[in-house]
Amino acid sequence: MSVNKEFVKFDKVDKSYDGKILVVKDLQLDIAEGEFVTMLGPSGSGKTTCLMMLAGFETPTNGEIYLDGNAISSIPPHKRGIGMVFQNYALFPHMTVYENLAFPLRVRKIPKDEADKKIDKALSMVSLQGFAQRMPGQLSGGQQQRVAVARSLVFDPQLVLMDEPLGALDKNLRESMQYEIKHIHESIGVTVVYVTHDQSEALTMSNRIAVFNDGKVQQLSSPDELYEKPVNSFVAEFIGENNTFAGEISDISEGKCKVKLANADILANPISVKEKGERTTVSIRPERALINPTDKMDNIHKGKIEEVIYHGDHTRVRINLLGNSEFILKVPNSSSNLDIKLGNEIKIGWNSDDARALDPK
Amino acid sequence: MSSENKQILTTDGTPLEVSLKKAEKKNKIKAFLLVAPLLLFIIITYVFPIGDMLMRSVDDKMVTEMLPKTYKSMEKWDGKELPPEEVFEAFYIDFQKLIEEEREGKLSTQLNYTKNGFKSIIKKLRRKSKSFEEGNYKEQIMAVHRRWADVEYWRAIKRRAPAYTYQKYLKGMDMYENEKGEIVNVSEDRRVHRILWLRTLEIAFFVTVFCFLMAYPIAHLLATLPMKYSNLLMICVLLPFWTSLLVRTASWMILLQQQGIVNDFFVTIGLVTDDNRVEMMYNKTGSYVAMTQILLPFMVLPLYSVMKTISPSLMRAGKSLGGTPFVAFWKVYFPLTIPGIGAGCLLVFILAIGYYITPALVGGASGTLISNQIAFHMKSTLDWSFASAMGLMLLSGVLVIYWLYNKLVGIDNIKLG
Repeated sequence: MSVNKEFVKFDKVDKSYDGKILVVKDLQLDIAEGEFVTMLGPSGSGKTTCLMMLAGFETPTNGEIYLDGNAISSIPPHKRGIGMVFQNYALFPHMTVYENLAFPLRVRKIPKDEADKKIDKALSMVSLQGFAQRMPGQLSGGQQQRVAVARSLVFDPQLVLMDEPLGALDKNLRESMQYEIKHIHESIGVTVVYVTHDQSEALTMSNRIAVFNDGKVQQLSSPDELYEKPVNSFVAEFIGENNTFAGEISDISEGKCKVKLANADILANPISVKEKGERTTVSIRPERALINPTDKMDNIHKGKIEEVIYHGDHTRVRINLLGNSEFILKVPNSSSNLDIKLGNEIKIGWNSDDARALDPK
Repeated sequence: MSSENKQILTTDGTPLEVSLKKAEKKNKIKAFLLVAPLLLFIIITYVFPIGDMLMRSVDDKMVTEMLPKTYKSMEKWDGKELPPEEVFEAFYIDFQKLIEEEREGKLSTQLNYTKNGFKSIIKKLRRKSKSFEEGNYKEQIMAVHRRWADVEYWRAIKRRAPAYTYQKYLKGMDMYENEKGEIVNVSEDRRVHRILWLRTLEIAFFVTVFCFLMAYPIAHLLATLPMKYSNLLMICVLLPFWTSLLVRTASWMILLQQQGIVNDFFVTIGLVTDDNRVEMMYNKTGSYVAMTQILLPFMVLPLYSVMKTISPSLMRAGKSLGGTPFVAFWKVYFPLTIPGIGAGCLLVFILAIGYYITPALVGGASGTLISNQIAFHMKSTLDWSFASAMGLMLLSGVLVIYWLYNKLVGIDNIKLG
């Protein structure tokens, strides 16, 4: 059985609310069947608009959206058969949990005994058996969230959309719900499109992440690739922590380039630069730069420790390095790091492969 | 001794519990003093007048006090035959006293309410009693007019003996207590109040329905429009509130009268001919139109305040789960607006049931309500006790509706704003 690679397809979709500003620009996005894709981006980046267009609450200004090969732009939301979890859960406050879950089944005229079975199954999936007769107001935020998830799945949709569903929960609950949703996705194999602005949530849950900015998908790839190999400086900056150097390419060859900074040269991996003389932003992850590099690294520079912050399992060290006073290092806490003291001069080293020369900011 | 049981003392040695209570008591008194003026105001302007109204509506002391001796002597009389001489004597003494105080006219008015025909015979008795001789008053009084020899009239006097009466309430229902003490309807051609009660209920009911039908979409629009438009719309809704009720009613008169703007318009577009203009005023239509317009904000505001709290994502959820827009509205949105509907309908109905100025001005004969009748008795017949009785009947009607609403919907399920 072959998996439909284009289960959801955004084909050259534009969206403008006022006819002046495009909030979504020429969006091209394919989502495979059974995939968990997260739309990640700052607020106003167009990710929620995309979700609303998919759900049918907004219509694309240009282009077409396909679901399982069918164009859906002209199909009203209630005929799309897409499950949706809303930001504030949107449980019907005047109905019990049971009635909430029965709503999508009743409108589909599913017989009561079959519906009851489906409701039981959905409730046990989110481990809320025995809560069927409660009103939503009597449930905690986490429980309401589970009900919302169960309601979006109870009618066996092929596609479920989630619009920042964990935004209102506290940190611990949010983390456990992340795993729970991930496990539900794995066990029933439904396609999920998830919207969030929380990058750790996206990294934890998704098969692939689409990073949105300014109405465009900046990068669509798996979480590890997104983190390790950002294709532009926005993604590098938005996902995880990032140290940057702005400079100019002074020499470029296959797989390596020399970047001229204000007072030094560094070696980097050319990603989005091609020619000598181009401006660039070099991005280095904090954990890829080491203090007292022992092995042979092709970038070794001296810097001065400006700040040391203890974080339990690691220590964050801020260093003034090559004119960048915001250079952050993460040092695992072990007894060997004795010379990390405020004001000390230390050697910092990294591999040129980990220094990615991206577009200038 | 464990520390939990140990009494906590303040620095000056008094137990903390006592001094806390002392401090709280002071605060409570201060708080009470702040609300005291309002409390006093409510007692003076609300509790006292309603209590007075209640007393007035059942008060029948006037006759009792005018004929004290008569009623005392009547206690033994069984009312089957003409009363004995001592009753006539007592009546004569009471009557002479009334003549001295020039109050016999009031007595005749009061007795005439109970039975027609008292007015003339009391007048006659007054004239003749000047030349009465001492003793044998029964003969002398009966000689004044043959009605004085009729036992029915003496029974009528006796009926006025109790200091309290519910006659006015019966009258408000077009009923009365006949000579035998049975409660019967008044003859059909004299039943005015029942028609008025029914018409009041009918007009209040339909005004509530019209207000609801018009206010629901407006309130929904108000709750969903962007702020800058909804503010403007809100001003339009509230504008009538800022205009005098009389001015608004008068403008309806200008619009609705036969030579008015609406009729002119109908004639212009050829809907009616010039000599066949529609009567929209001085009848029920006038009351309906003007009252609906005036009471509309009272329906819009509670609905709006409830709709404002309903998250738009609920409708979206309803649709995304497969409900058609109508199902999503009917199963999700509408049930959530019920507290607002209840509040608005209750408010409009209760206001409409007691409406006075507008029906008085545009209602004409067929569009007036019970409150206009109350006002009529307050101002024209000066039968205040009857007006009070009807006022209280209106009040209890409202309370019944309130109770019914509580039974059906639940009063905690109401949201006024």
